[in-house]
Amino acid sequence: MDVRLSTEQQALRESVARVVDQLAPHAVGEIGNAERTSKLDAAVASSGWRELRLGDDQGDPLATGVEAGIIAEEFGRGLADVSFLGPTMAAELRRLAGAAQSESAETVAFTSDLSSIAIAADGQLSSFVAIDASGCSRALLLAARSDGNFLAEVDVASDEVGLDLTRPSSTLGSPASLEPSGRSISDDDLMRWTALGLSLTCADLVGIMQGAVQLSTDYASQRRQYGAPIGSFQAMQHMLADAFVMMEGSRSVTLHAAWAVDALHPRDAVGAASVAKAYCARAARDVCETAIQVHGGIGNTWECLAHVYLRRALLSSDIFGGAGNSLDRVLQHYGIGA
Amino acid sequence: MDFGDSPEESEFRLRLRGWLQGNNPGLPTSSTDDDYWKGAAAWHRSLFGAGFFGMSWPTAIGGQGLPSVYDVIVDEELAASGAPPRPSLGYLVQGILEHGNEDIQARFLPGIISGRERWCQGFSEPDAGSDLASLRTRADRQGDDYVITGHKVWTSYSDDAEWCLVLARTDQEVAKHRGISAFVVPMHQPGIEQRPLRMINGMTKEFGEVAFNEARVPAVNMIGGPGEGWRLAMTIVSHEREPGELGYVARYTKVVNELTRRVRVNPSGFREDQVRDLGWAIVEVEMLRLHVRRRLSDRLNGISHGPEGSVDKLLMTWTEQSLGHAALSIGGIAHGGGDDTALNTYLYSRAQSVMGGTSQIQRNLVAGRILGLPSS
Repeated sequence: MDVRLSTEQQALRESVARVVDQLAPHAVGEIGNAERTSKLDAAVASSGWRELRLGDDQGDPLATGVEAGIIAEEFGRGLADVSFLGPTMAAELRRLAGAAQSESAETVAFTSDLSSIAIAADGQLSSFVAIDASGCSRALLLAARSDGNFLAEVDVASDEVGLDLTRPSSTLGSPASLEPSGRSISDDDLMRWTALGLSLTCADLVGIMQGAVQLSTDYASQRRQYGAPIGSFQAMQHMLADAFVMMEGSRSVTLHAAWAVDALHPRDAVGAASVAKAYCARAARDVCETAIQVHGGIGNTWECLAHVYLRRALLSSDIFGGAGNSLDRVLQHYGIGA
Repeated sequence: MDFGDSPEESEFRLRLRGWLQGNNPGLPTSSTDDDYWKGAAAWHRSLFGAGFFGMSWPTAIGGQGLPSVYDVIVDEELAASGAPPRPSLGYLVQGILEHGNEDIQARFLPGIISGRERWCQGFSEPDAGSDLASLRTRADRQGDDYVITGHKVWTSYSDDAEWCLVLARTDQEVAKHRGISAFVVPMHQPGIEQRPLRMINGMTKEFGEVAFNEARVPAVNMIGGPGEGWRLAMTIVSHEREPGELGYVARYTKVVNELTRRVRVNPSGFREDQVRDLGWAIVEVEMLRLHVRRRLSDRLNGISHGPEGSVDKLLMTWTEQSLGHAALSIGGIAHGGGDDTALNTYLYSRAQSVMGGTSQIQRNLVAGRILGLPSS
């Protein structure tokens, strides 16, 4: 038992942090700036970070859930506005199905409440949405057939929707037909995939919390009222301390969930990830609300980054289900579910 | 990065599991019961005798000389078997290891760790709680002894302790933090009188108050030099805030397991809101278990006595109090008389945000020493 990051994992964190700190938006006005996002996208593409869950010759992932989580966390911390979660989940789905690698940038499609992967029974796609669709022309979903659920791909429409300013969702284009590829996705496969998705959204939330606490701590140290920095007042200090502590608890459950993706039986991996998601989703909303409160009136304006963190947190919470949904999974895992 | 057991850890876990099958003393549910404390000393000696206590401390003083993560395994197996938690005295050991000279370490640590000698801690006073450095108990040199007079409170286990680690003022002239020294004081002497305190759940065994009226302690029982007591106190309280040092994960897991069992055997007997209260307690306890694994793994880089303890204390407090609410929700209150274990567990949980430094003090420390916010 040694849950410290390895030297290689620490180096990965540092290199992701470097890219994010240099190329991710530092102000609301920079979000969506095409020149900057294309540089960020190119840097991410050349590093191969979106391909970590593709299969090797044996069908094993190129890297574990821990490495993928490190990247997700840094993207959340820096509000990276290029896709990562979607393409990573698409790669995992291809690996589990034993399907060939895609030529085009792709993400995955979810039910419109984002609680689970899109499973199309009859080609009706109107109730589905492609998540984290920035730069992606295709989305993977499951086609239900009498002999199982199979991976299929559809076009992503170019319209962008959703609450997260850094990771737009997109509606799906109308498919000619759903062509299944690879072998059928088993229940165990889907659990493994869900465990990865839960753990990556947790990692994104941990990063968001870290970024929001840093933003608020910096602001509280510089903003003055009554002749003193507001961060010197105990009322402010206690809110920010609580936010930091919630982030630390979240980090501990998330590390475990990330490790569990590949180390435990899929059922236990989902159990670990559900504990983590329940904890992180509840914590992240509290922490982002604290960030808005610490910024006062400014925190309630569009120009303040605090709501960008909150919006991103709300999206990451909803993907695979938020606190309540995850608590239901926890209860089931412990044999006391409804 | 590996949350799993190594082959050695797995072998140890199985050995402990086997030992527990024949050696679980069957004490009451948790430390929220006086009968628990009556059996705690024998349980300590039994654990130590079998080599399952003091996992990470040096072998020279009776420890097992293993990495700190073995404590996690002990806590998990104690909880799984329904055995009592391990004794919570790691903070004393850490303090004496850090600040005591060789003579002090050799004289006292083996007795603490083996459970042969019982200890209590005389820090807080009626007028010195959060503001510990304002303590007024004084120690005056008389020949080879110091003479101690003052009043200590919230002194856990003062009723059966042979020794008390006392903070007392030896210099009235200097700034308040700098005039404090630490002594190992023998409890059984005429100048010391201890009284139990009755807590809100009715228990009387854990907390006491101690009056020192010209009690004597040999000068060689001072830990560190004159005026160095504050540093020792800060080391001790930083570890007193760590769930990994206290072994509380075992206690919490045991309670959560028992509540879960009640719901499992009678699923229709509980409303959805009750089950969800338990669900959040499960999540919190699991978080704390994993957080302790992370903290104890970090100790492979060396033990620090820093402000992270305040983070851990707040997480531990939120966990215990969430568990207290779940106990109240699932266990209920026996209005017609009967089992009041759940109520007592709940009432006991309220002390967690006070003892070992209040949650407000922990937040001050996180804000100032970790976030670097300006002082007021």
